[in-house]
Amino acid sequence: MFDSLSDKLQIAFDGLKKQGRLTDKDVERAAREIRLALLEADVNFKVVKQFVDSVKQRALGVEVLGSLTPAQQFIKIVNEELTALMGSATTKLTFSPRPPTLIMMVGLQGSGKTTACGKLANFLLAQGKSPGLVAGDVYRPAAIDQLKTLGQQLGVPVYDEGDQADPVDIAKHGVRWAQEKGRDVLIIDTAGRLHIDEKLMDELVHIRHAVKPHNILLVLDAMTGQDAVNVALKFQEQVQFDGVVLTKMDGDARGGAALSVRAVTGKPIKFASSGEKLDSFEYFYPDRVASRILGMGDVLTLIEKAERTIDEKKARELEQRLRKSTFTFDDFLEQIQQVRKMGSISSILGMIPGIPSGKLKGMQVDEKAFDKIQAVIFSMTPEERSHPELISGSRRRRIAAGSGTNIHTINQLLTQFKQVQKMMKQLGSGRVPKNPFQMFGNSS
Amino acid sequence: MSHDWSEVFLGVSADSVIQTPEEIQKVRGGWIAQLRDGLAKSRKALQQQFASVLFDRFDESLWERIEEALIYADVGVETTVSIVEALEAEADKGAIKDSASLIAELRRITTLHFCQADTRIDVAHSPAVILVVGVNGTGKTTTIGKIAWHLKELGKEPLLVAGDTFRAAAIEQLVEWGRRVGCEVVRHERGGDPGAVVYDGIAAAEARKADVVIIDTAGRLHTQVNLMKELEKVRRVIGKRLPGAPHETLLSIDATTGQNGLIQARMFKEAVELSGVVLTKMDGTAKGGIALAVSHELDLPIKLIGTGERLESLQPFDAADFTALLFDDSLGPSV
Ligand SMILES: Nc1nc2c(ncn2[C@@H]2O[C@H](COP(=O)(O)OP(=O)(O)OP(=O)(O)O)[C@@H](O)[C@H]2O)c(=O)[nH]1
Ligand SMILES: [Mg+2]
Repeated sequence: MFDSLSDKLQIAFDGLKKQGRLTDKDVERAAREIRLALLEADVNFKVVKQFVDSVKQRALGVEVLGSLTPAQQFIKIVNEELTALMGSATTKLTFSPRPPTLIMMVGLQGSGKTTACGKLANFLLAQGKSPGLVAGDVYRPAAIDQLKTLGQQLGVPVYDEGDQADPVDIAKHGVRWAQEKGRDVLIIDTAGRLHIDEKLMDELVHIRHAVKPHNILLVLDAMTGQDAVNVALKFQEQVQFDGVVLTKMDGDARGGAALSVRAVTGKPIKFASSGEKLDSFEYFYPDRVASRILGMGDVLTLIEKAERTIDEKKARELEQRLRKSTFTFDDFLEQIQQVRKMGSISSILGMIPGIPSGKLKGMQVDEKAFDKIQAVIFSMTPEERSHPELISGSRRRRIAAGSGTNIHTINQLLTQFKQVQKMMKQLGSGRVPKNPFQMFGNSS
Repeated sequence: MSHDWSEVFLGVSADSVIQTPEEIQKVRGGWIAQLRDGLAKSRKALQQQFASVLFDRFDESLWERIEEALIYADVGVETTVSIVEALEAEADKGAIKDSASLIAELRRITTLHFCQADTRIDVAHSPAVILVVGVNGTGKTTTIGKIAWHLKELGKEPLLVAGDTFRAAAIEQLVEWGRRVGCEVVRHERGGDPGAVVYDGIAAAEARKADVVIIDTAGRLHTQVNLMKELEKVRRVIGKRLPGAPHETLLSIDATTGQNGLIQARMFKEAVELSGVVLTKMDGTAKGGIALAVSHELDLPIKLIGTGERLESLQPFDAADFTALLFDDSLGPSV
């Protein structure tokens, strides 16, 4: 496992003085590190070869800019090349002017199609669409039940004909059903299959001809290795998919398969799916996976997630209070809830550059700690919440009993709260602390 | 040399196995032959004779080409380097004279890179307990169905425990496998405590004199701390209920997995003390070289190979066969 590619490049360039041109030998050494990093990230070795060659060509003789170290200069080139290869813009779904818009999901066994169907339905719901689902996996035991359960959870209707019907018929009837029910988007789940299973690949072709989906999405596990290229090429040849859903992105796989698939098929990665919660599904930002593959963190996603989640009005109210420096337990509670809405704390930490996923383990925050904090705050009276200084010894005991914790926990929380209060005051005065997550440092 | 099914389980005596001549023939043919049969047609178009591509020139780039072949098989950089270095050392000693001796040495060294521990599944307890763990979608539930079927064929009575109380319809899926195998499935409601159903499962096995308890668990990413803790707890519950159990803790790894498989295995091993690995989906085009990396770097035996979605699509692991396949026909770089 590599720690940080940036560190390794730094070492590779150690001998080089701060400025000057990158020489043959420097570039060769740096290219070796890049090659290894990409191979460890599961980028197909042929793709790696081509990629490294083009980076080498660009890097040779490049003037190192005054403000950058040679290593940084090289990373910049690598990052630009990677981004160019991944494509720069997010590509969205195609919506048909004549609903229902049809989306067919295809892929290998166990890649996460059924879960992705549920998540995509949820994603569309949030966009104001009224999706429907079609249970086309008649082979895997209980696959239909699984989709129906997801549909129920989301309040999205599911069309199925049991596991004895022909998937082609199910898809055809499903479209009619969607028209009748006024569903404007229809997501068709299909059974997982091997790309070399001719019979089952033919079945997909038949479904495609029968219903002519507006979008065919290949569902690909982010952990896939070198074989991703064979899989993608076969699916492209037979079913001609339009884009990729990259799943299990909440793991620590670098996701190099995304790069390989993009490089050999030219098809964009459209969605990234992470986690088993139905709302962990989002558009894929191609430029960002570049830094993930290289182990450089994903600052942009983090920032955007934070922006999207934290309600602007509430933020303004909070700011006003900060000005008056009356940060209360109610505010604290709200903060915690906002942060939790952003997703699991550990997934957020994973996106901060400089924290290699391997080292994350010790840093992970026990999400249960938040439940505990919430329970404690709920056991306070409104007066106590807004005037924490009132919380005396006897009140502490009462709160401990009420929240099922102990005095020690209450004391700890009060100390922690004071720290946050202090930090908030700094924020209010415009002095932003370096690490915005330090307020959670104590709860791990 | 391939193993017979009767040799796969420790605690199943060979004479309890009634085999027809056809069955014996099928098993003796080895799984590699079966795999090849199944794949021959689809592979033909892409097939390249690995040996001829790799060894046509005996020159400086030879080592690099061998490296590439291993990387292409998902063996990963570390194990690849180790194999190639060992091979180079043999070459320096003069052991490699031509492409035939090169291939032979490469195979021998690679085979030796697998963990040499016992690859048998220990069911010599009553009841024996097998816990199956792994990342989402790697084939845990299916593998359990297959193991149960094979045990039943060998005259043992399996009992399945629906320890995945989390995923939608996971219980129904295991129940369906139980129906196909014709064995009992102990289940609770979805959302229940996995520890509780495991506890009941072992009790039921004792009460009904089942021979082997096979426990399904929810798929989880090794990065999910809470879920990994839950798994540790499940293991503790088993040990408390039946001292010495689980007798096998198998990690299922999908053959298409890349280098992340190594991290997965490391984390699961830390959490629940794995006894071996089941490599699933070897019926695809992935070479499954990650199994070699896992076996070599973490000292874990590969015990079984999943080769399809049917009850019988499970094969004993054999390092020499596996290595042969690794270096046999190659889909080749189709980029
Ligand atoms: N081709 C092939 N498919 C397999 C094999 N083993 C399992 N599968 C398929 O892979 C998919 C996932 O298998 P499951 O057994 O449900 O995997 P799991 O690990 O229990 O999944 P979760 O419980 O959801 O984490 C199913 O479609 C299986 O039919 C195999 O050896 N070959
Ligand atoms: Mg399962």
